[in-house]
Amino acid sequence: MSLAKRIIPCLDVDNGRVVKGVKFVDIRDAGDPVEIARRYDREGADEITFLDITATHDNRDTIVHVVEQVASEVFIPLTVGGGVRVLEDIRRMLNAGADKVGINSAAVFNPEFVKQAAEKFGSQCIVVAIDAKKVSQAGEAERWEIFTHGGRKPTGINAVEWAVKMKDYGAGEILLTSMDRDGTKSGFDLALTRAISEAVSIPVIASGGVGNLDHLADGIIHGKADAVLAASIFHFAEYSIEQAKRHLQSRGIEVRL
Amino acid sequence: MSSVAVIDYGMGNLHSIAKALQHADSRVDVQVTADASVIRAADRVVFPGVGAMRDCMQALNDTGLSAVIRESAQSKPFLGICLGMQALLTDSEENDGIACLNLFPGHVRRFTDHLHDAGGNILKIPHMGWNQVKQVEHPLWQHIPDQSRFYFVHSYYAVPDDARHSVATADYPQAFTCALAKDNVFAVQFHPEKSQTVGLQLLQNFLNWDGNV
Repeated sequence: MSLAKRIIPCLDVDNGRVVKGVKFVDIRDAGDPVEIARRYDREGADEITFLDITATHDNRDTIVHVVEQVASEVFIPLTVGGGVRVLEDIRRMLNAGADKVGINSAAVFNPEFVKQAAEKFGSQCIVVAIDAKKVSQAGEAERWEIFTHGGRKPTGINAVEWAVKMKDYGAGEILLTSMDRDGTKSGFDLALTRAISEAVSIPVIASGGVGNLDHLADGIIHGKADAVLAASIFHFAEYSIEQAKRHLQSRGIEVRL
Repeated sequence: MSSVAVIDYGMGNLHSIAKALQHADSRVDVQVTADASVIRAADRVVFPGVGAMRDCMQALNDTGLSAVIRESAQSKPFLGICLGMQALLTDSEENDGIACLNLFPGHVRRFTDHLHDAGGNILKIPHMGWNQVKQVEHPLWQHIPDQSRFYFVHSYYAVPDDARHSVATADYPQAFTCALAKDNVFAVQFHPEKSQTVGLQLLQNFLNWDGNV
């Protein structure tokens, strides 16, 4: 027996309310993040990730209050991402009770920021979020690039090389999202997940595309992910975290039950 | 009312550990402090820490807190967590070698790169996530089933010279010491404040512990 594979539910938070983070459905279903975090904790979530999608800078404090409140009663690791641009953003999240902070576009615009953050706060709390999209044509060797602005802007950066660079710069973990699969419910991009997970020595969290419990298991077994992240399948109680874990276990994966 | 001092020397966020202690026992007076007199006056001491060992030892030396840590470790129930456990050994190979507090003779080593599990899968560094903890009898394991999973995040681990100081191990892939104990001192590599029910139970046990084995 050894280290368990992790299941991480993700909450997209806008102005202090949970909204559905699936792009092809336009329903914005509000919920209380503290309430939902409590439920996930009870069901056995291994960690919880909050993605702050609040557009205006003035309302950024709301996520800090959410984290503070959750951290006062939920005693599992908490990650916060979204809008993290300067060291002060990281300090505020950590002081509020977050254990890890996700850096996304700021890493692309200024890779040195990841280095500074890891030196200042330790690699253990720096998660670099990578949004990748397939750019190879059918018949070519598979190749993925980093995209910013919710998958709209290509950067020309090779995703696997970028992951290695971020590890070298001090990232403690990588949160990998396939922009091709995000919101499609058709499963992770397994080739992408595997390519990144085998290229770096740090843990990789697979994200983007989960529609059923087999997708989670496939991400671990075939994608070689160390953890799997999903939002909507848990958010609407299609499946509980416990059900998901029992399913992984039935497919021979070690989980915390 | 009993009191517990959480030593604040600038190494990481102490919000969670303070909240978890309070949650484990609402009657306890939890103080997050860098004040040596408050630490001296407390009934119990928690020595947490995340980050790099060089920064940790430098912060302890700069703040002059190493003296009161040594003193506390000799006089009252004392709990080291993560880097606060590693700092109790003789030295660490992190940052090209750092002398530590030497309360437990032994060394802190890094996990070797390119480790594999029995199925041939690569084991990532840091060792991050929920791993099973195999207990050796100690009062702080009370009401916690053996082989319970606790939350870990670290790349270095303790290798005590005296195997009797090891009161728990985890496998990655080899067994390594993840809890140390001697007299009134108990120290863990994992994060009880992030280990849900079993973690809170360990903290509660610590708050009830008189320091005798």
